[in-house]
Amino acid sequence: MAWRIVVGLKAGVTDARGDRVQREIREHLGIELESVRTLDVYTVDAGLSDAEVDAAAYGPFSDPVIQQVAINQPLASDFDMLIEVGFRPGVTDNIGRTAREAIQYQTGRVFAAGEGVYTSTQYLLNGQVDKATAEKIASGFLANGLIQRWSILSRDELDPQIGVPVTVPKVTGDSTPQVTTINLNVSDEELLQISRDGMLALNLEEMTKLQAHVNDPAVQQVRTHMGLGAELTDVELEALAQTWSEHCKHKIFSARIEYQDENGNRETIDSLFKTYIVGATREIRKKMGERDFCLSVFKDNAGVIRFNDDWSLVFKVETHNSPSALDPYGGALTGIVGVNRDGVGTGMGARLIFNTDVFCFASPFLEKELPPRLLHPRRIFEGVVEGVEHGGNKSGIPTVNGSLVFDDRFAGKPLVYCGTAAIMPAELNGKPCHEKKVLVGDHIVMAGGRIGKDGIHGATFSSEELHEGSPVTAVQIGDPITQRKMFDFLAIAQQRGLYNSITDNGAGGLSSSVGEMAEDTGGFEMHLDRAPLKYPGLQPWEILISEAQERMTLAVPPESLAEFMSLAAEMDVEVADLGLFTDSGYFHCLYEGKTVCYLSMEFIHEGVPQMVIPARWEVKDHTEPEFSQPADLNATLAGLLGHLNICSKESVVRRYDHEVQAGTVIKPLTGAANDGPSDAAVFRPVFDSFEGTVVSHGICPTYSDIDTYHMMACAIDEGLRNYVSTGGNIDHVAGLDNFCWCDPVKSEKTPDGEYKAAQLVRANKALYDYCVAFGVPLISGKDSMKNDYQIGDTKISIPPTVLFSVIGKIEDVRKAVSMDVKRPGDLVYLLGITRDELGGSEYYQSLGALGKNVPRVDASYALDLYRAVNQAQAQGLIASCHDLSDGGLGVCLAEKAFAGGFGINADLRKVKTDSELREDKLLFSESQSRLLITVRAENKQDFEALFSGRDACHIGEVTESTQLKILGLQGQPVIHSDIYQLKDAWQAPLREL
Amino acid sequence: MSKHVRSMVIAGNGTNCEREVANACRLAGAEVADIVHVAELLAGRVRLEDYHFLNLAGGFLDGDDLGSAKAGANRLLSAPVAGTAETVADQLRQFVADGKLVMGVCNGFQLMVKMGLLPNLDGSGRQTTSLTFNCGGRFEDRWSRLRVDQDSPCVFTRGLDDLYLPVRHGEGKFVTDSEATLQTIEQQHLAVVKYADADLQPTLAYPDNPNGSVAAIAGVCDPSGRLFGLMPHPEAYVHRTHHPRWTREELPEKGMGLWLYENAIRFVRDELL
Repeated sequence: MAWRIVVGLKAGVTDARGDRVQREIREHLGIELESVRTLDVYTVDAGLSDAEVDAAAYGPFSDPVIQQVAINQPLASDFDMLIEVGFRPGVTDNIGRTAREAIQYQTGRVFAAGEGVYTSTQYLLNGQVDKATAEKIASGFLANGLIQRWSILSRDELDPQIGVPVTVPKVTGDSTPQVTTINLNVSDEELLQISRDGMLALNLEEMTKLQAHVNDPAVQQVRTHMGLGAELTDVELEALAQTWSEHCKHKIFSARIEYQDENGNRETIDSLFKTYIVGATREIRKKMGERDFCLSVFKDNAGVIRFNDDWSLVFKVETHNSPSALDPYGGALTGIVGVNRDGVGTGMGARLIFNTDVFCFASPFLEKELPPRLLHPRRIFEGVVEGVEHGGNKSGIPTVNGSLVFDDRFAGKPLVYCGTAAIMPAELNGKPCHEKKVLVGDHIVMAGGRIGKDGIHGATFSSEELHEGSPVTAVQIGDPITQRKMFDFLAIAQQRGLYNSITDNGAGGLSSSVGEMAEDTGGFEMHLDRAPLKYPGLQPWEILISEAQERMTLAVPPESLAEFMSLAAEMDVEVADLGLFTDSGYFHCLYEGKTVCYLSMEFIHEGVPQMVIPARWEVKDHTEPEFSQPADLNATLAGLLGHLNICSKESVVRRYDHEVQAGTVIKPLTGAANDGPSDAAVFRPVFDSFEGTVVSHGICPTYSDIDTYHMMACAIDEGLRNYVSTGGNIDHVAGLDNFCWCDPVKSEKTPDGEYKAAQLVRANKALYDYCVAFGVPLISGKDSMKNDYQIGDTKISIPPTVLFSVIGKIEDVRKAVSMDVKRPGDLVYLLGITRDELGGSEYYQSLGALGKNVPRVDASYALDLYRAVNQAQAQGLIASCHDLSDGGLGVCLAEKAFAGGFGINADLRKVKTDSELREDKLLFSESQSRLLITVRAENKQDFEALFSGRDACHIGEVTESTQLKILGLQGQPVIHSDIYQLKDAWQAPLREL
Repeated sequence: MSKHVRSMVIAGNGTNCEREVANACRLAGAEVADIVHVAELLAGRVRLEDYHFLNLAGGFLDGDDLGSAKAGANRLLSAPVAGTAETVADQLRQFVADGKLVMGVCNGFQLMVKMGLLPNLDGSGRQTTSLTFNCGGRFEDRWSRLRVDQDSPCVFTRGLDDLYLPVRHGEGKFVTDSEATLQTIEQQHLAVVKYADADLQPTLAYPDNPNGSVAAIAGVCDPSGRLFGLMPHPEAYVHRTHHPRWTREELPEKGMGLWLYENAIRFVRDELL
């Protein structure tokens, strides 16, 4: 039978969660309630005695000091409306899983199949609230209909004896596993229909290729021999669709692009990825020769570079945009714990050391009506931040670096970039740890969570725009604790040398992980029925491609299998032996002993036809805005400081544990009151060494509206100057590119595809040019190419966005530099040249203009400057250093001053320019490769000597006062503001979020 | 060998800070600082009795899914050590009875409170206090000033006046089951550390008191002073570069958090070896 255990706070205990929900209902929905209280409900569906249920209820399920309990009767009273929110059947319920384990520990008995504990939350609302309002609160804020369901009861509807009736959200259904076959010898129209109906995201050319394959007599002969018919099975079709998906195969980055520039010059590019990304890294590594610090690039789940003789660094950044649009919390949580598996699944395995995250949202204060199926950006903001918070904090990984970027086009699709770094020993059991190889005869072992319908068609879904029929199963919810237990286990298995290879299960599930690992041996044989399932009723094809989380796939040699399995059992980690890696040349799956999939490895991995994409660049007719300089630049500066892209993100940063592992040396918040914005994070990963790693990033999507070439160049420079600013060694740094684009393939839906494709080409050209010029190898990256929203006539495309992340080395973390001014009397130097480059700037945006003069980067000039900064840092000459980016010099001076708690006097006449510039442009130009440095007076000579012949202009001093004073071109004050007023303007916008 | 201070950190099922806690023990002079997975204890291969100083580290035991450390406490109380009827909690009671030291930080403090190890005023092991959701309703990472009660029997804080350490939690609000419990804690000077304002006075005001703890209590000890738990993280400040303002202030190499571990190791050497 099933019991309902309701747990609530005792009278007089503050319900912090309820208070927060009440506040958020007001903020999100504008509904004013008198109070909100919350109760936790555990529905226990298992063969237990009443005494055992009592023991659980009054034991692990409740806290005797602050909580009270009711079993099979209501605890709720004195409310106007009750909303109970629980998960839909089959949705990951982490608390329910922990509750079940707790009962098992108490009783010493394991739950039988089909038994479970399910959790839900009751919200007791008081105030003017009718059923319709409650429905609005439930659907609009408390619950996400994709994964949750709710019931609403008014006070007089609640049965005083039993309370809310028991419902058990168990997965039911009588579907028996079966394999169907699909006839592909049909018309083109029908082929496309098959692709659409099956959510396969395959185009006509690809479907035709499949058709030709099954009609090949040689293929048919092999199939007959294996007991398969002439038609593809659903298992095969699904495996092909996900392997050939844009998400897995990067068809756009691998395409042949017919590019035409603005002068009509034509060029054929055979794969952007190979030409520009791999090409740049190859070129740079060749140039570095003996100094080459790259260890593993592009071939594994993450890139690996050298840290020192004993250790190697691993870094990867992923996006999880589409799932986060549907379920911001689950999508983002899965994003972070998913990228964590990439780090752990690199080489022979690595230990995670930090996370980074960058989110691109529309304004949380957006007031316009949103088209159907889009969640309000504020809800996305809240959900994503909380998802990544839970993913990172619970996993014990500090979140050390990130950004929030706002543009209202991200209402169509939010971008959720999750990065993770890890460290691995340079050698493991005498072999390089960053290498691995599966051997013929190794067992295919899946470790971690069980398989459900979670995330089915995730890979194909993220290869499509968001539309009306987007599947609910595309949403997964991660479970950081199950994953953490698995990682603890894998660390020991790694040390004991119990496996030959490891990879994670992400997009495409087993199909992808086993398929890729099997490329080492040339085949595999996997028994799908041996995989542990969350609930019965999964079809064989679903088992193969499910994206259920917390799973790694390993190649375990036969002689280690028993030890591997028993270690897992002892550490309470589920593992399953699914079959063998072979050299058969075939992707071979069986179900209950019968072959259900038999495809040649070559066809599945190499068979996808290369796309051909036309691209045509045109220079748009942008103009510079004409306007006169504002009379009061103080107000302009304060206004800019309050822009969403510039303002303080402290309320978000504090929700992330950025110090666990005790390695964070430059924290995200810094300065006199621990609240200034750091440029980069410095992290010390090994306790017995002061060597550190530095991580930062650049992202500037607005510049894409003028030219993606310069957007890319600026993102690279921004990433590097943030990195150098804190002390990162410019000669030991690697980059990662994460492209998020709108669909660049010309079609009926995308008539401007040629231009978007050309934007992509130009960004890639800049990526190549600037990485080579800076000598920064790319070690990993990812692309997400369909960030569009289209329902009916409404189309929203995100601005082309590249996150350029960098990771590198600082020899001694004790030489790291923070951004805040340190003491009165220090001298202020501006490095670099200020130009008339305000195109796409925050200043122009505040005037409603885009402009034309997008900032440009001179890499050799910047590199020389950055090397000099490194030298000055090594000599201890730099007291503080902050990069100039959004909002330019004015914003940078203000941030440095209020972070350090001292004033600054500066003079715009001392600023080096290449032409005559108005004061507002001097203050707010976003010219690249500029840094603002303070130097102790006694170091003046040494500093100036080091920078002689370089552009380091002494523009002012740090003062005892709390005033920021900036003199204009006539020596008159153009800025004279109190730093605490500026700080307040900077902190106000997101303070309460 | 017998003169070695043996410290241990229990890891697994969601602990996160075991490496830095072990490092702090080592820096403070412990000859042995073992990280022991709870599976090793449950398998019976490692026993608490072989150690002097037990650390319960920060993290999210079982995700704090049933309330902070609740499921973790249940495991230690319920799961038998392989082949015996004894639980890890039984071993822990013996460890305490033997006069040894236990420090719980953050989730480890929550675990001690929910197992009834702290403050354990009447020796019954009944839970009389709790740690619950921050008044702000959110997880927060920020540094806190702490005022130390110098009249406390706590062996970990001997000779200390104040501390500056980070808090990183969502459920750190200390509450008691009654006014009487709170009074006893105060009278016996068991409220070892309190959140303090710039003048080092205990405060209820956010953000100096980051979670709304009653009487500004950040950590408590049992009447023996040998069991101590606190929400702030001493293992997170063992070197000056851990301090959020190390780039702008003159600070000693050694961080304040290390003092607590040094006191513990000194106590073991003086009293237990």
